[in-house]
Amino acid sequence: MLFKRIALAFWETLWPPLSALTLTFLVGGGIIAAIGESPMEVFTLLFREGLSSFDGFARVLNDATPLMLTGLSVAYAFRAGYFNIGGEGQLYMGAFAAMLVATALPGAPRLLAIPLAILAAATGGAVWGAIPGYLRARFGVHEVINTIMMNFLAVGITGYLMVHHLKEKGQMIPHTPEIPEAYQFDGFGRSTWGQNLGLDSANPLGPSLILALVAVLVVWLIFRRSVEGYRLRVLGLSPQAARYSGISTGWLTVRAMAASGALAGLVGVHEVLLYRHRFLDNFSSGLGFLGIAVALMGRNHPLGVMLAALLFGFLNTGALEIDIFTEVPRELVVVMQAMVILFVVSASELASRRAARRRKEKAA
Amino acid sequence: MKVRLSGLSKSFPGVRAVDDVSLEYEPGKLYALVGENGAGKSTLMKLLYGMLPPDAGSISIDNAPLRFKSPQDAIARRIGMVHQHFMLVDTLSAAENVILGAEPLKGGLIDRKAARDAVQGYADRFHLDVDPDAPMESLSVGEAQRVEILKVLYRGADFLIFDEPTGVLTPQESRFLFEILHRFTAEGKTVVLITHKLDEVLELADEVDVMRRGRYVGRVSGSEATAEGLARMMVGREVLFRVEKGESKPGAPILELDNINLAPASGRRGLENLSFAIREGEIFGIAGVEGNGQRELAGIVTGLLQPGGGRLLFGDEALQKLTPRSAREMGIAHVPEDRQKTGLVLDMDLGENLMLGQEDDADIGRGGLLSPTRIRRRAKERIGHFDLRASDVGQAARELSGGNQQKLILARELAREPRLLVASQPTRGVDVGAIEAIHRILIERRDLGMAVLLFSSELTELLALSDRIGVLYRGRLTAVLEAEGCDEEELGLWITGAKGGIDVV
Repeated sequence: MLFKRIALAFWETLWPPLSALTLTFLVGGGIIAAIGESPMEVFTLLFREGLSSFDGFARVLNDATPLMLTGLSVAYAFRAGYFNIGGEGQLYMGAFAAMLVATALPGAPRLLAIPLAILAAATGGAVWGAIPGYLRARFGVHEVINTIMMNFLAVGITGYLMVHHLKEKGQMIPHTPEIPEAYQFDGFGRSTWGQNLGLDSANPLGPSLILALVAVLVVWLIFRRSVEGYRLRVLGLSPQAARYSGISTGWLTVRAMAASGALAGLVGVHEVLLYRHRFLDNFSSGLGFLGIAVALMGRNHPLGVMLAALLFGFLNTGALEIDIFTEVPRELVVVMQAMVILFVVSASELASRRAARRRKEKAA
Repeated sequence: MKVRLSGLSKSFPGVRAVDDVSLEYEPGKLYALVGENGAGKSTLMKLLYGMLPPDAGSISIDNAPLRFKSPQDAIARRIGMVHQHFMLVDTLSAAENVILGAEPLKGGLIDRKAARDAVQGYADRFHLDVDPDAPMESLSVGEAQRVEILKVLYRGADFLIFDEPTGVLTPQESRFLFEILHRFTAEGKTVVLITHKLDEVLELADEVDVMRRGRYVGRVSGSEATAEGLARMMVGREVLFRVEKGESKPGAPILELDNINLAPASGRRGLENLSFAIREGEIFGIAGVEGNGQRELAGIVTGLLQPGGGRLLFGDEALQKLTPRSAREMGIAHVPEDRQKTGLVLDMDLGENLMLGQEDDADIGRGGLLSPTRIRRRAKERIGHFDLRASDVGQAARELSGGNQQKLILARELAREPRLLVASQPTRGVDVGAIEAIHRILIERRDLGMAVLLFSSELTELLALSDRIGVLYRGRLTAVLEAEGCDEEELGLWITGAKGGIDVV
């Protein structure tokens, strides 16, 4: 009986993403065939880079790193019943804050500089998440609307400040000067141990992966084992019960949205400290929005988010290969990502309707 | 028309909801269908009404076998059902609601006059007093129910199923409904009444059918049935009807309301100058027709609502601001009216539900982290104490029966030995066996010195449990009566404002 229930829960959790994935590859295969290429060949190419060498896999992991963070961000807010569409804005604010700290305190020793920059990135995102959280709690403004608006604000404000006040002089590209060395992360490929493992010296994977994995673990711990996580879940499942039980729902909403924003803000660590060593205007190209897809695919579970981010990492890395070696445009990958989202949303809805129907029949 | 059910069965995963039930209905009679919650009576009627397909068995009308694919098929065969939860559109008028989905047409447009006349015709014939032009939202619950009945009549039903029709009505409105039911049977229509109120059954029914755990137990003629006999058939054992309770020994006042006021707001009744005190070791009942300020009063004493004026005193201490959290900490426990949405989180398991509002307790965690083993252990203890029938702590609260859900809330709320329990409709929709258990628990705790503020729409329950009864009418406390020596008729007069109503309209 117990075993059956666990098996059922397992199945209900896993079949939406798995069936969505299957459908995506079927339809994607159809498109490839229509273009006149062999689907098997293209799909092999899609995963070849990531699976054939450790260096390739490290690139996949690097692509997956920011997605883990934005995916966790969405999952965290969702735990409390909120839909945080503002990951994009929050990660801009996080990146900007990290850059600001690095610019303002160029002489900080490394031991202080790194934690400070990480803290700044988290805080930048947290503030940008807390504002819509507060508006929701205090005035009932729907978080979907105001997180979207906050995205425009973040891109606009950071873009303006960067171009007019912080741009590196004499540069055509709108980016800031390189941050001081104490704040810079090096890719693992630059170290001897990394090279011994087969990493190229230009391989971008670096310590931000560890940060993302720690975030996965911490979020998992909060969800599974903490009073805070319990309250988030009560609020998400039944706001009425949350109020009744004595949870201060407004304050919890602000906390949840701030934490969600902080997770997205940590992408700033990856982008500024590791990847670019500077703040670049319009750098994100939708990492925050992809986080929604990652969270959906990962069913808002920290470990699921990690796996989904990895899958999206594979797709992103493989896109380049497809572009180079086949007639299939790399946009196919974007189409496939969109399909995964559509299918996983539909399948989840189907699953929950089926579960509701089963419950109803049982209750009748 | 003569309706026959033969060998009807319906299973849901893990449950045999209806098990080989055969029944016959003659025209012009009133049949009661009784049984505990989950006995299968609603499912049986849904099979007859075409809402669910049977796994086995058949339905025949006047010896012609039929197969209903949907309620539309049943309606076409003159079978109608008045649901427990009304399915009405608030912004339409009464007549518009009646014709909705079966509009009389004239040249492609709705023939409003024909609609109105038809509705008025049925209303006159069965004394279903409703103004056909009144907007739905302006009607009382009793009137809304009449509109539901008119809907069924308008579709030509000769066989009417009523699912717990008196649950939302005042005693006077119920009386009115019973007269209507009699008119139906006098005209040769068949009425089936699904209910768990045995006094209604004894008064109204020509025949009483009893179900237990999906099986048909038997039919008793209304004239021979007794409450004890029916209850034994329903539960399968003897049931105590009278609540065994000794004299109360009330102590010092524990919660005092001093001139409490609350401004009315949308969807909220105001409260005016409420003053009374609840004492240790007594059950203070609140009587009133639903919507006369009970919810608001319960909100104020549990910290969910802030009064606009007046003082709350707990013991001797005047409370500055009561929040749900500070109320819990002071020893005020709350069994809320809406157990499924407020009192429980249905998708959480029993262990998680048993820690709602107590997630900070030192015996299940430390430093903001929780210990799953301790949560389980504590939950098991509590479940054991309250004779909760559950297979496992990891089971979702949703899977429990109504009675067990309520016991789950009580187990949690009483675990901390509160000094005051605010209980709203603690036995609503709960089966006979669980009602008995819940009543016993309340009395036991009272005798140990706990105070209870009891809200109930069941006057019998209020009279049986309470030591004193306060009457709420339009947001005012119009009387505080000793339960001893008071009866339902008397209370009925108070709660409808016939007695003590200051501004009777």
